[in-house]
Amino acid sequence: MALTLEEVDHIASLARLRLTPDEKARFREQLSSILDYMAMLRRLDTSAIEPTATVLPLRTILRPDVVTPSLPAAELLALAPAAEAQMFRVPPVLD
Amino acid sequence: MDALTDLTLLEAAAQLRAGQVSSRELTEACLERVAAVDPRLDAFLAVTPELARASADAADERLAAWRRDPDVRLHPLAGLPLAIKDVLCVRGTSTTAGSRILEGFQAPYTATAVQRLLDAGVVVLGKTNCDEFAMGSSTENSGFRPTHNPWDTSRVPGGSSGGSAAAVAARLAFGALGTDTGGSIRQPASFCGLAGLKTSYGRVSRYGLIAFGSSLDTIGPLARTVADAALIFSAIAGHDPLDSTSMPLPVPPVMLEGAQVKGLRVGVPKEYFIPGMQAEVETAVRAAIAALAGLGANVVEISLPHTEYALPVYYLVAPAEASANLARFDGVRYGLRAASGGPAGDGAPGEGALSSLWDQYEATRGAGFGPEVKRRIMLGTYALSAGYYDAYYGQAQKVRTLVKRDFDQAFEQVDVIACPVAPTTAFALGAKTDDPLAMYLEDVFTLPPSLAGICGLSVPCGFDARGLPIGLQLLGPAFGEDRVLRAGHVYQQATDWHTRRPPL
Repeated sequence: MALTLEEVDHIASLARLRLTPDEKARFREQLSSILDYMAMLRRLDTSAIEPTATVLPLRTILRPDVVTPSLPAAELLALAPAAEAQMFRVPPVLD
Repeated sequence: MDALTDLTLLEAAAQLRAGQVSSRELTEACLERVAAVDPRLDAFLAVTPELARASADAADERLAAWRRDPDVRLHPLAGLPLAIKDVLCVRGTSTTAGSRILEGFQAPYTATAVQRLLDAGVVVLGKTNCDEFAMGSSTENSGFRPTHNPWDTSRVPGGSSGGSAAAVAARLAFGALGTDTGGSIRQPASFCGLAGLKTSYGRVSRYGLIAFGSSLDTIGPLARTVADAALIFSAIAGHDPLDSTSMPLPVPPVMLEGAQVKGLRVGVPKEYFIPGMQAEVETAVRAAIAALAGLGANVVEISLPHTEYALPVYYLVAPAEASANLARFDGVRYGLRAASGGPAGDGAPGEGALSSLWDQYEATRGAGFGPEVKRRIMLGTYALSAGYYDAYYGQAQKVRTLVKRDFDQAFEQVDVIACPVAPTTAFALGAKTDDPLAMYLEDVFTLPPSLAGICGLSVPCGFDARGLPIGLQLLGPAFGEDRVLRAGHVYQQATDWHTRRPPL
């Protein structure tokens, strides 16, 4: 199952990853052979099998609707590459 | 006379209580040894001497108070220096998950598992090296530098908890926390001659653990003996309201005293002895199983028929989950932001400036993530993408049900499962870095239990002709840690593999 460079570009875009041409070529090859290996899963008849998303029987976990302390905003903003007026500063979202 | 750092965790704890040594002395001994030995190993990414000394002094005060008044509560781990894998947030420490994308990040809060140790009076010596975001089986994927195996520094310590394993094996710490998503505690424990416990999924809170695969990640101890590992396990296990995937079940106390394996039904899965595995590994593991039989266990052959499918399932499910978990590293709130040429670094027009937020995402992630992380994000993204979801991720989730069912059915017939941890002993640095799939194949024996969410203990059971450690894997049903710890402890009382030390 050989991936095309276009498909690699598409996946990199979905994943918001900037790749060099070198990386694209290498990943195309590596991902293609890894995906080939995955094809063995199709040997199994899973038509009657439920998927396992989690091994635990837990589902919706609730907690009391009570306000509890959060981490101080100032501390969190101090970790940011760029912050201003209680906000994270970023480049323009839209062109 | 042996150095203080040669003591086991339990021996050091006994000496602390008897007043024969202080926590400060133990801590200084570890810090000195780290300074002397770690340059050859690179087990640590960050050593935290001030934090450690402050904790040690506080522990010494508490020990003194306890000696004056035995009613003062004193945890068995009080005053003991441990190391923490750098995927765990510890407030006031550099926390990088082994990645350049978090270089310089100082965690603003502490993971529950670590907080429980701190509350017990543990001394945190520092943060240990790991494969980037816990993705790897050798610690060669660390964004900073590889860690070296103390038994032979030209070899890998295993991964992804290689730093923790090397630190404990080289006696730089009395124990450590690691994490295990597909084998990352068990395999480095095996490569470094340690006891390493992968806890059941849901047994230890993941709050504060930088997530890789949220349905697979577990936290557990690495230590020089099973008894040491059991003590650390007891301190960190148990429900945490801050982690909605932590099981609200009581943790039965682990009773090692008087443990025995007479009548214990031990299953040996035939699918775990494969052509291509190192002959000495098979020999040592089979001898260990025979030793358990000699101690009274009933050994039976079992079959886990979907074993070979675990690898493709894992390498679809885990990367898919990782692609979602690592989306947060985007240069906005913390960590690396790819540099722009603009004056304010905020995308203002200028030479080489980031023109848009999208640009920032791509540039930051392109620069900050290493190749294995990128590879897995790509694999996961593909498996989840429109048109491919059912064939890849969907199918993998269904086969995961089959892999788990194999274990559920096996544990109706046996109490524990005994098998190898890895197909080989520690390989040379660089030996597998060119072939990702070859590296993934190192995990064949540890992946299936991870998919099933059960617990597994790696215990040293021999050495190969090069003097490299070999591990025996003991698997128990979910929340059955006491069972595997007892069996492992009995094995260690009858053998002395775990007393051998690396030449460092």
